[in-house]
Amino acid sequence: MPPLHFSTIAELSDALAAGKTTSVDLTRAVIARTQAVEERVKAFNSYDTADALAQAAASDARRAAGLSLGPLDGIPVGIKDVIAVTGQPLTASSKMLANFVSPYDATVTEKLRKAGAVIWGRLNLDEFAMGSSTENSAFHTTRNPYDLERVPGGSSGGSAAALAAGEAIATLGSDTGGSIRQPAALCNVVGLKPTYGLVSRYGLIAFASSLDQIGPFTRSVEDAAITLQAIAGHDERDSTSVRIEIPDYRAALRTKKGPWRIGIPREYFGEGLDPEVAAAVEKAVSFYEKMGCEIKNVSLPHTEYGVGVYYIIATAECSSNLSRYDGVRYGHRSADAKDIVDLYFKSRAEGFGPEVKRRIILGTYVLSSGYYDAYYLRAQKVRTLIRQDFLNAYDEVDAILTPTSPTPAFKRGAKADPLAMYLCDVYTIGVNLAGLPGISVPCGFSSGGLPIGMQLIGQPFKEADLLAIAHAYDSAHDWSRRTPNL
Amino acid sequence: MSAHDDLNIDRIANLARLALTPEEKVKFSAQLADVLTNIEKLKQVDVTGVEPTAHAFPIYNVWADDVATPGLSVEAALRNAPEKRDNMIVVPKVVE
Amino acid sequence: MKYEAVIGLEVHVQIKTRSKMFTRVAAGYGHPANTLTDPVVLALPGVLPVMNKAALDAIIKAGLLLGCDIAPVCKWDRKNYFYPDSPKNYQISQYDQPICLNGSVEIELPGRARNIQGEHKKIALTRIHLEEDVGKLNHEAFDSLVDYNRAGTPLMEIVSEPVIKSAEEAYAYLTSLRATMIYGGISDCDMEKGQLRCDANISIRPVGETRLGTKVELKNLNSISFVRDGIAHEIKRQIAVVESGGVIVQETRDYDGMTGTSQSLRSKEMAHDYRYFPDPDLMPVKVDEAWKARIHAECPELPFAKQTRFQGDYSLPYTLTSVLVWDQALADYFEEAAKLAGPGKAQAVGNWIVNDLQRELGAANLDLADARVRPAHIAELVKLIDAGTLLSNAAKEVFVEMAATGEPPAAIVAKRGLAAAPTDTAELEQWCRDAIAANAKSVAEFQAGKESAINGLKGPIMKASKGKANPKLVDETLRRLLAGA
Ligand SMILES: [Mg+2]
Ligand SMILES: [Zn+2]
Repeated sequence: MPPLHFSTIAELSDALAAGKTTSVDLTRAVIARTQAVEERVKAFNSYDTADALAQAAASDARRAAGLSLGPLDGIPVGIKDVIAVTGQPLTASSKMLANFVSPYDATVTEKLRKAGAVIWGRLNLDEFAMGSSTENSAFHTTRNPYDLERVPGGSSGGSAAALAAGEAIATLGSDTGGSIRQPAALCNVVGLKPTYGLVSRYGLIAFASSLDQIGPFTRSVEDAAITLQAIAGHDERDSTSVRIEIPDYRAALRTKKGPWRIGIPREYFGEGLDPEVAAAVEKAVSFYEKMGCEIKNVSLPHTEYGVGVYYIIATAECSSNLSRYDGVRYGHRSADAKDIVDLYFKSRAEGFGPEVKRRIILGTYVLSSGYYDAYYLRAQKVRTLIRQDFLNAYDEVDAILTPTSPTPAFKRGAKADPLAMYLCDVYTIGVNLAGLPGISVPCGFSSGGLPIGMQLIGQPFKEADLLAIAHAYDSAHDWSRRTPNL
Repeated sequence: MSAHDDLNIDRIANLARLALTPEEKVKFSAQLADVLTNIEKLKQVDVTGVEPTAHAFPIYNVWADDVATPGLSVEAALRNAPEKRDNMIVVPKVVE
Repeated sequence: MKYEAVIGLEVHVQIKTRSKMFTRVAAGYGHPANTLTDPVVLALPGVLPVMNKAALDAIIKAGLLLGCDIAPVCKWDRKNYFYPDSPKNYQISQYDQPICLNGSVEIELPGRARNIQGEHKKIALTRIHLEEDVGKLNHEAFDSLVDYNRAGTPLMEIVSEPVIKSAEEAYAYLTSLRATMIYGGISDCDMEKGQLRCDANISIRPVGETRLGTKVELKNLNSISFVRDGIAHEIKRQIAVVESGGVIVQETRDYDGMTGTSQSLRSKEMAHDYRYFPDPDLMPVKVDEAWKARIHAECPELPFAKQTRFQGDYSLPYTLTSVLVWDQALADYFEEAAKLAGPGKAQAVGNWIVNDLQRELGAANLDLADARVRPAHIAELVKLIDAGTLLSNAAKEVFVEMAATGEPPAAIVAKRGLAAAPTDTAELEQWCRDAIAANAKSVAEFQAGKESAINGLKGPIMKASKGKANPKLVDETLRRLLAGA
């Protein structure tokens, strides 16, 4: 077994059950590792060691009393700093919320507590989850543990980097246009974006409400299944949460054996795709072919419009969602406002970073009088076509396999131009627009030693199948178990 | 001429209640023009007869019964308030 | 030149629910500041709205009572604008798919006299939609204080077509609408508590002109009388402006009911651009026939229908019905008493309720629900009078005591010895004979056909009997004797 801080949930839950370790020991190991590497990785906005150790002690006491809550009991799970934890800071990596302390728990936080997890730390992100590199954090830029000069991806860069660096056993992120899958690919971890509506958004700071979804980062597909099991399910506080039976995802990894029909969309293998990424993904395709899967070419003809549709819908929704950050009830308030309107103008100007401002402006524009039909309404219609493309493909295949990111991790500061940054999400955006589940699984390294991830896209609410397909690959390879030299 | 040539950044920033510096105005205008040019592609798509998607999986009639449950204490409600007095939030005098 | 006014009213009615529109913290009035909040009300980062089923039931009921078309599917939109009483800086409302369309409010215009029924008319509605209320700003000397207790309360916006022609019509519209809401149990419509708020859009045009003039929005009309006064004032103001060669500017004006003046308000935003778009946090609502039928079954009879029925079934005069039907509790009270009193006594019952009961309640500052006099008491009182057991002066006394103690009338009569004299026909006949003998003039007049002259004989009889003679018997006896004489 690897060191505690690089072990999987599956390994650790066995070790805990067998009495080979305790949650306090595990949590101490994670804290020690964090203290050793965090100065270089900068994955956290804050962490509370005393609080984590108290939760760990409570877990050990439960276990001693024979009341263990399951495989997550006693496991330190890091939380992206857009998910509410009672009594802990909730900053969205924004100056706007630098001093905000949440008076309530997100539903996923509550669910993790019910599963016995040790809620551990607040993980860095692009401010308000807007970005693909975590460079937009108002506090600090998180580094890629595989190359500290490179970005971890984003917006859940802190969640991906912390896990890759051994600073947590699993983490939660949120994915609006690829914010879980892309950093997972860039940091060599598994990242799952569930079907829209499977996991409650209550307590997740909204970026784009119709696209946001919380999901896990883990060291294996099996761990993703374990974590999803804990956080999925209907929540009466989220009107978009779906009422469906939640299957046993971990059991499905063993019971669902394929062979499957796997679709390869040609639109995802064109211009802009790094040849090393293309080669790694092709190898994964060959793996499935060899295990007897049927590999089919499929077409998602509206793919090229995805980025445009996404940046209209996401910015429109965010311009409205972020109106509440006005310096009135909480958050940053400008010290020199002369009247209420001035207070709004200045508090928001001082509290938001440039990318957030850019998106608010774009979103306000596309909704403004005279432009709504040309932009927002049209984007919603093209969204329908994009969604239909996927559903048509699923007439023929069980899952779709693509690269997660067109390139491995890029250097910090390499994408100063917003549009270039937006194009990082070209392979992940369609999944959010269609509301589908998507998972990024490590599938190799570049010649420069940078992680490469592949994306599997599943059918709505069929996470059990998606995870089984991903697990077939992941369990046959050791990519996801490799660790960086830090 | 495309639609975004008339992105009047002052008007939009006013609607968004966002003070922008002259430098930001210049920079954002140029950057957003780039993005909007990319977005212009959507005009090529034939959307006649296509219904808009507001929700990927629309469901109807999601509601709760009218049962009152306890809320936040005043202390918790105002805990993050930048300025408070008499259990209320203080704002600059609002002239209606 | 003669001008006519064109008026449209936008009425906001708070729906009476236990919890708020999009979260389950309690809704209420008069609580200490910021004690009715939760993360959703305060729009804390990460919260989400969930609709209140009871508010949907209530607006469907309002729609059915007002004859609206209930949309089979409606959705929620965000109305974006910044204001410190609005926690999210957007209001969840309904833009292009409101739940109720069309419909109307029936009104009665003032009659030629108080006791004459006026003309009825239907004021067409454009729509009714559901939305959430904002918090309350308290303006202090140097700053403003925000209380979010009211924020998130369910609110209906009822929009009329611009078809109201006068301040009187507007007054009648609000009176009728308010009664409908109260009857439906939808709202208490207490304007002092902000449960009903009205904005008026007013324009004038020369009679005969079909295009609409520039409209002025009148705000802060915080009582039904102020609505009437404010509109009347605005119409006069506009006519004066036009007649002195000026033009009406489109603006919002604030009417001060105390001084009877209005002034222009600075606009909240230079140009309104609310950037409506569908709220992605909420799902649409589908209303099927079964749901409508269920609500329909709960719909009460409305005042005008009740009035027609009271005039028919109970032969009540307009004046009585026009008091009884506008207060559902009073109308129910009346019907209960009238049924207990039996046929032919409804008008007497109505008179006791409208005159004596209302007066006693007013004097004691009591609600009908707290009245000690119950419908059965009124019925009993009317029966006692009718049977000749109780005379009118004594009955008044009984009523006052009954209002104070809640004792049944018969018990009060017995305890205080107020019963009309036991009918000793011989004694009564003697009193009558004496009266006839002593009042030749009255007798002559009566026999000459002057019906009312008989009253001149009754006074001396009452005096002789110390007020205890049964008037019905006195009347019968007199007529018998006079006929025979
Ligand atoms: Mg309005
Ligand atoms: Zn309204």
